[in-house]
Amino acid sequence: MRSSERPLPAADLEERFEELIGAVLSSRRTAAGIAQALAAEPRALQDFALRWVAVTAQSSPELAYQFAALAPSAVAELGAAGAERWLLAAMDVYDREGLYRASAELQDLAAYAARMREHGRGIAFDGVARVLGPFVAGLSGRKLRLEAAESAWTDTATLYLPAQVTLFDAREDNFRVYKLAAALLWAQARYGTFNLDAAAYPRAPHRLEVFAFLETLRLAAKLEHSLPGLYRDFLALAQPAPGPEFDGARERLAAPEATAADSLAELRRLPASARAPCWPFVGALDPERALAVRAERIEREKDALRRALASVPRDERADLNPDPGPLLEGEPRALPPEVARLVESIVQDLGEIPEDYLEPAREGGYRAGGGEPPEEASEAGAADADARLYDEWDYRRQHYRKQWCVLRERDVQPGDPAFAQRTLERYRVQVRQLRRSFEALRGEDKRLRGEPYGDDIDLDALVRARADLAAGGELSERTFVRRARHERDMAVLFTVDMSGSTKGWTNDCEREALVLLCEALEVLGDRYAIYGFSGITHKRCEVYRVKRFDEPYDELVRQRIAGIQPLDYTRMGAAIRHLTGILAAEEARTRLLVTLSDGKPDDFSDGYRGEYGIEDTRQALIEAKRAGIHPFCITIDREAGAYLPRMCGAVNYTVVADVARLPLKLADLYRRLTA
Amino acid sequence: MNAPRASDAAALMIAREPFYRSVHGEVELFEAAWRNRVPVLLKGPTGCGKTRFMEFMAWRLRRPLVTVSCHDDLTAADLVGRYLVTADETVWVDGPMTHAVRIGALLYLDEIVEARKDTTVVIHPLADDRRTLFVEKRGEVLKAPPEFMLAISYNPGYQSVLKELKHSTRQRFVAIGFDYPAADIEAGIVAREAGVDAPTAERLVRLAHMTRNLKGNGLDEGASTRLLVHAGKLIAQGVAPRVACDGAVALALTDEREMLAAVNELISAVF
Repeated sequence: MRSSERPLPAADLEERFEELIGAVLSSRRTAAGIAQALAAEPRALQDFALRWVAVTAQSSPELAYQFAALAPSAVAELGAAGAERWLLAAMDVYDREGLYRASAELQDLAAYAARMREHGRGIAFDGVARVLGPFVAGLSGRKLRLEAAESAWTDTATLYLPAQVTLFDAREDNFRVYKLAAALLWAQARYGTFNLDAAAYPRAPHRLEVFAFLETLRLAAKLEHSLPGLYRDFLALAQPAPGPEFDGARERLAAPEATAADSLAELRRLPASARAPCWPFVGALDPERALAVRAERIEREKDALRRALASVPRDERADLNPDPGPLLEGEPRALPPEVARLVESIVQDLGEIPEDYLEPAREGGYRAGGGEPPEEASEAGAADADARLYDEWDYRRQHYRKQWCVLRERDVQPGDPAFAQRTLERYRVQVRQLRRSFEALRGEDKRLRGEPYGDDIDLDALVRARADLAAGGELSERTFVRRARHERDMAVLFTVDMSGSTKGWTNDCEREALVLLCEALEVLGDRYAIYGFSGITHKRCEVYRVKRFDEPYDELVRQRIAGIQPLDYTRMGAAIRHLTGILAAEEARTRLLVTLSDGKPDDFSDGYRGEYGIEDTRQALIEAKRAGIHPFCITIDREAGAYLPRMCGAVNYTVVADVARLPLKLADLYRRLTA
Repeated sequence: MNAPRASDAAALMIAREPFYRSVHGEVELFEAAWRNRVPVLLKGPTGCGKTRFMEFMAWRLRRPLVTVSCHDDLTAADLVGRYLVTADETVWVDGPMTHAVRIGALLYLDEIVEARKDTTVVIHPLADDRRTLFVEKRGEVLKAPPEFMLAISYNPGYQSVLKELKHSTRQRFVAIGFDYPAADIEAGIVAREAGVDAPTAERLVRLAHMTRNLKGNGLDEGASTRLLVHAGKLIAQGVAPRVACDGAVALALTDEREMLAAVNELISAVF
């Protein structure tokens, strides 16, 4: 047996643990116990445990200790790959909710293993939401959200679906359950399951269950006509068959004009002992919550409609009530789409547009805003509205830390108004040169000679061709002049390092470089934006607006450039992800993201410094590339080099060794990049 | 000099009546504009019947139809004409626009915003009351005959901000709005064009409405009537409806995997 395969003795293991997680060990809590347990395991498992203990210790030594203790049983239970996923899930929880919840997650190994076993054949909400979301939207009606919950139910604004479905062995069958459940919940909202008075709904839980079942029969009949494919799924999954006491109800509720009130009438006809068969896709009803949501929406939409109607001429208002078509009525109405959606939503709730809705609002009488309440901000740590959450790549885990960075956009405070002027004075000669070289790049009409077709005859080419022909050669067809417009359809975003390390020279040169660059870009007419970035820890990443794409290069922008200051640290990944989003929204054939920084990504906490930061930045740049953006990094760093090819890719970076040359270099680089 | 040959005009005539279902009096409006020599702008989403409408009007008015699909490399010279070099001389060849003016045709410029900006130079004098075409290279000024008519089309839906139709252009035209017809009419069109039975056509239209609900919600455009006709034709040939719709509708609408799955779920719900 080679030494690399021989299990490590307990003493060695204990020593390694001391190294890795010494911070949480003490005289009363030593690593001896876990080392003992692990010493009995094969070397592969030991290595696995040590590697992940090291990774986890970067985030939390305590979590690493707990993992070390559980590692042997976890691997036995889940296999190495499964144990890895289990640990990563716990680390996600740690990032989100802290140590207490994370260690609970880790300790509950049995529950995790049970979930995973089910997961193997079942499917989870996350996997289907992105398909079912558009599916439900396609079914028409008001916009519904999808969310995971304990069981399936709806409050008529959100469809809650179970977090996973594991009833069948085949994934497709489980998916059909999901799809049918979503469609029936949609139908509840669409066909007025909650359009009765609150007092009408049965109180006793088992009666409510029977009512839900009767509603399912009614709604399924509605599907039969409009969505026959889905109805076939329904028939296939509707097992076991309901008892004979439901036969009459089933027939009567299939009538096209049946409503929730008819289901209620059927319920009264059934004996109290009647029990509904348990169909996997039938959701629960919660009339109380649904009615509350509905009442709130009715009020809100009434306001919104009356406000919208203020702009619709009076004689057209009478036509608002749509024909009571059976399903998916799509007659084009001459209404703005938002109003048409509102009308549809109101008709779903009330069956028609009540008379008093048609009185338009007077100015100021009602709350501003559209028909929908604003989207709630994400809960994860960021309370304020302008914060955005971004994932961060953790190379040790080879996974994203979800929603880890909290990023905010801020304005740069305008600085010295004379700065730009001073810079232009100082580089007077060079600015003139820059302008000239950029003018040459400007998209102007070019006359292409010797083209196979074109606007005019290229006499030179024609004479040549004729001479060729006379000489017995071939008559060239390339005898035209064509005017081709060389269009620069380009959007470029410059992002400038505002970390503390740029203090002094570097910062001055950055600002001067931006002034000269703007001069050059104005000549060129390319669309461009300038942002700065800085931040401290993942909770406070900041991106500073210097010039947005839609802002002209004016005095304010010049002052903002002057106001660029060295601030905190260089957490680049989040900034790049944010700016990628901004740039991707620009319409252009070529999108360029130029990063100007003074060295490696760096942050003072949670291990961003060094390899972690480089890997995260690299990942962010790869994401940018996937979004159709060309990233390019300019670094002012004399020792740089080693990490840059890894971080940016072999050709997508350049190093400016001499800071003083940056102002001229930057514009020049840009010219070369885009020529 | 190559005078327009009678055979050219004859070849551009629409011999058989194309199927077109008038929805809101657009036929009468177009005819009135033609009689008054006013150019027309057809506005509407892709595949809702603009081109078919032009064919129908050309048939109805008994005029030849010249259609040009505009693209971003289309220049004024492409429309007006150019000199070509043959064995021992240079020969002038009329472009479609010059040809249409000479023979008094209906000239239809499809997706006009795609064309290069210099085309406006030749469109504008033709589209206002001058009704002239200046053939610069030959120093020739053509006066359009009364039967000539210019029609352009424009899809306000998907174009980018860079491709707006300029007001100086659009305000020379009488606009006719097109949209997908009401469900029962559209089903009738699909049934007739594709040769499918009424229930199948109805389902296809229902599917189209579902995808149109997704416009801006993951899809750039909903399924057009044209796509439905394609799907219908496949079904009429005996292709299973789900397969036909997958090919003619889902894959035509999107490349995105999840969106594709969602559209396919809608298809399997309808069929």
